[in-house]
Amino acid sequence: MIMKLAIAGLLATTVMAAVPAQAETLRLLTWGSYAPDELVKKFEAKYPDITVEVTFSNNEEMIAKLRATGGAGFDLAQPSHDRIFAVQQEYNIYKPMDLSKINTSAMQAKLLEGVKANTTIDGEVYAVPHQWGTSGLMANKTMAPDIKAWGDLCDPQYKGKTSMRLKRTILLGMAFDMGEDPFAAYADLDKYQSILDKVADKLISCKDNLKAYWKGGDDLSAMMMSGEIVASETWDSTAYKLYGENKDIVFVPPKTGALAWIDTFAIPRKGEADDAAYKWINFVLEPENVKIMSASTGAIAAVEGGKDLLPDDKKAAVNAAFTDEDINNLKFFANIPAGVEDMEGKTLEKIKAATGSE
Amino acid sequence: MMQKDIKRLSLILLFAPFALWIVLLIILPHVGMLFISLREKVAPRVYEFGFSNYVNFFTEPIYWNTLLRTGSMSLLVTVLALLLGFPIAYYIAKIAGNRTRGALFLMCLIPLWVSDLIRAFGWILLLRETGVISSSLQWAGLIDAPIEFLYNDATVIMGLVYTVILFMIVPLVSTLDGMDNAMIEAGYNLGGNGPTVLRRIIIPYAMPGIVSGCIVVFMLTAGSYLTPILLGGKNSSWFTEQIYDQFITRYNWESGAAFGFVLLAFTSLVIWIGLKLSGQTLNSTVARS
Amino acid sequence: MQSNTENDLECIQVKRHFGSVRAVDNVSFEIPKGSFFSILGPSGCGKTTLMRMIAGFEQPTSGDIRIKGQSVVGTPPNRRNVKMVFQHLALFPMMNVYENIAYGLRCAGASKEVIRTKVHDVLERISLPDVAGREITQLSGGQKQRIAIARCMVLDPDVLLLDEPLGALDLKLREAMKIELKLLQHQFDTTFVYITHDQSEALVMSDNVAIMNEGKFVQIGTPQELYHKPAAAFVAGFVGDTNRWSGRVSRVEGTIVEVETGAGLTMRGSVRGSGGVPSVGDAVNAFVRPEFITAERSDGKAGKVDANQNVIEGKIDSILFNGANSRVLVRDQAGELIEADVVLTGGTQDLKPKDHVTLSWSAEQTMSFAV
Repeated sequence: MIMKLAIAGLLATTVMAAVPAQAETLRLLTWGSYAPDELVKKFEAKYPDITVEVTFSNNEEMIAKLRATGGAGFDLAQPSHDRIFAVQQEYNIYKPMDLSKINTSAMQAKLLEGVKANTTIDGEVYAVPHQWGTSGLMANKTMAPDIKAWGDLCDPQYKGKTSMRLKRTILLGMAFDMGEDPFAAYADLDKYQSILDKVADKLISCKDNLKAYWKGGDDLSAMMMSGEIVASETWDSTAYKLYGENKDIVFVPPKTGALAWIDTFAIPRKGEADDAAYKWINFVLEPENVKIMSASTGAIAAVEGGKDLLPDDKKAAVNAAFTDEDINNLKFFANIPAGVEDMEGKTLEKIKAATGSE
Repeated sequence: MMQKDIKRLSLILLFAPFALWIVLLIILPHVGMLFISLREKVAPRVYEFGFSNYVNFFTEPIYWNTLLRTGSMSLLVTVLALLLGFPIAYYIAKIAGNRTRGALFLMCLIPLWVSDLIRAFGWILLLRETGVISSSLQWAGLIDAPIEFLYNDATVIMGLVYTVILFMIVPLVSTLDGMDNAMIEAGYNLGGNGPTVLRRIIIPYAMPGIVSGCIVVFMLTAGSYLTPILLGGKNSSWFTEQIYDQFITRYNWESGAAFGFVLLAFTSLVIWIGLKLSGQTLNSTVARS
Repeated sequence: MQSNTENDLECIQVKRHFGSVRAVDNVSFEIPKGSFFSILGPSGCGKTTLMRMIAGFEQPTSGDIRIKGQSVVGTPPNRRNVKMVFQHLALFPMMNVYENIAYGLRCAGASKEVIRTKVHDVLERISLPDVAGREITQLSGGQKQRIAIARCMVLDPDVLLLDEPLGALDLKLREAMKIELKLLQHQFDTTFVYITHDQSEALVMSDNVAIMNEGKFVQIGTPQELYHKPAAAFVAGFVGDTNRWSGRVSRVEGTIVEVETGAGLTMRGSVRGSGGVPSVGDAVNAFVRPEFITAERSDGKAGKVDANQNVIEGKIDSILFNGANSRVLVRDQAGELIEADVVLTGGTQDLKPKDHVTLSWSAEQTMSFAV
């Protein structure tokens, strides 16, 4: 009884905190830099009765937050396209999107179709694309000219001078590098496990070659700029940023193909400002706003001609990094089936815990 | 009669915030966590009651190895904090004058004024290969090539000791402060030399403070997250990191909750053993310092 | 220089200065074997500093301290065979009685059997044979006192220092402990050096007492000497109760002086102290103890019986009844209050307030010190 009362009390306070007295509030759960101040101000000027509240996060934390409340507390979230299908099936934290309220014609058709295909459950679409980017390699051309593939991070000639983030990206990259197709193996989890085991062995033996695992864009940038490392696994946007400061540091799409992700828009199941959310989606897809957004994020908007809407320095960085061939070679992250996170997590723990050859 | 009712009412009102705090923020979440930790996932949105999350922990060497590693490193940090903190506390309580005392206490407090994150970044700036210490050593001609001081267990331990030492010093100062100087002089007067007086008089007297300082430091260390993550190297896993991973990256709240309880049980066990070994009770240590 | 080994403790021109403050200023004394020696002085007179120097917690600025003829200056406290009972006893609360007493023996490296015998032996001697297993907090004040002494005595010290150890006890217990300490000292036959600001403690227990003031020893002597033959005005005023007048010499007759007090009273007194005989007009302090003043109801035929007898008239202001130590406060014609001992029997002949009385005392008992 007491517990029920207490829970009711807690809910009441959450609800009260969630419903503002006057104007409508758009509570945005998104990535750092995905809601630049300039754009928020512009949006609030256009829709004076909407205030925007931004919470910065990442894929995992976004999902954890929404899962904790069953999809309440936020009105618009931006998980990556591969993190929707299984999560929605398991935790039911999103609501279907009303595509008629979105200016889908502005979106690049191929990306829109891709996302729709990935996020349709029982005929309902749960996400639309916003921006896309890649994960790949970064190298200082003068000091590490031979970095071409994921596996080159383990090249003994760069011993103690390379880095990576110990997350699923490197597992997938290394799997491709070893000639496997991990996305195809999602359908057969035993097969996927055997790939993971092979990758784990490779990464454990590679541990000695690394200086450290990087944990965020800041420490990666610091290590790269200071020359403490000469090559690393990276997000393209981090590499573009460094390219702006040092033209020797370039993004290198691995020869097996850079891994591409699409960050999407999805509406939490208990979101309370759907109209404002659709307004924000349409607003940020307007070309002049795309420019502001891309300048802030360094990622390419999922609109026709998105690359041309990048600011000049970023465009130069992209052009320095990608050939058309590289673009065609992109590997889009496939939907993560249930259970894969657990398998990958275990593998990552195994790698972290292994003392390597030290 | 009226008076008595009013008294009781005011007592209840005074007690209410504390009770609410305990129930809402400590007991309820733990009950919830316990409930989650005893749930087994059998299919999407389908759960069964069971202990498999706990079984998983004990059957996977990576997990309990990390826990043991976290535990032993926390013990090391506790011992180092005690060895470093005791002389400082003794100096503050028994030797320093009243004015220097305040200043010294303040100096111990300053690290707590900045957040964990800033402190860790401070260490990173100092210790990295191209950081302040390495460059100054190079500049002084003591080393030829830059040295990486970061990303190893020693750095983690140093960072943790630095963070927690205040929690060792404060209870020690307060117990040593309550010790009559005559007690130490009596120790010498009756024929004890320095080490004897320390071992037979000062340490036994300060035992409640030592134990309560150690409890706090051990708990803080075993439960810390940022410092070991940011300063740690390729092999330094910390148990809290695994709990975080279970909850956040692996969406596995069930086993994350189980891990949380395992950590709680483990630290409680270590503290219980510590209390037994030192012959103290929780009552005597908490009440005295 | 090897000095007389009959002395357990000697201090030779010991000085201790803190900056410009002379806490202990040129103190010399010697204490023969087996005696009870007290250092009596007001708080802040330097007696504690002196004791701490003997124990070794402070170093003398100059001078020498010898125990059994051996200089101990420079010897650390734990190597001196001088034990100390602290003001608040400083028993170790984390040890029980047995361990408290055994501590010193353990430090000295005694074997377990020796320790057990000695501890039980000393407990027997202080008549507390059954408390060995008790915790300190379970003891009464008097028991703690005795344990603190036993803890020192079990080590057979050359000198036992006691720093006002009775201060924390209540009055009744304090009186009992005074006698007990004296008995213990006899029993152990060890030199006790007792520090106090309470003159009755010092007078009752000691063989010899040193009066200390402002860092200096003013007088050393037996309690009787100090009481009856004080060498200085400070001693006369500090030891025992006195009536005190300050005035000027109006006549000198050998060692007898006539003193005119500030209030206009004239009395005859004997010259004391080292100042020599004062001349007419010199300032003097005169002290008369209450027990030497007789107070009788005036019968109208007052008159000088003896030239060296001081006689004045007065009226009783109040009676201070205290059994055998009862006194009257008499207001004289000059308006001053004079204390005199009286015997009150409870009968009708007793003095009462407002009675007119004649006070008389001899010139011999009027101790006059040149200022």
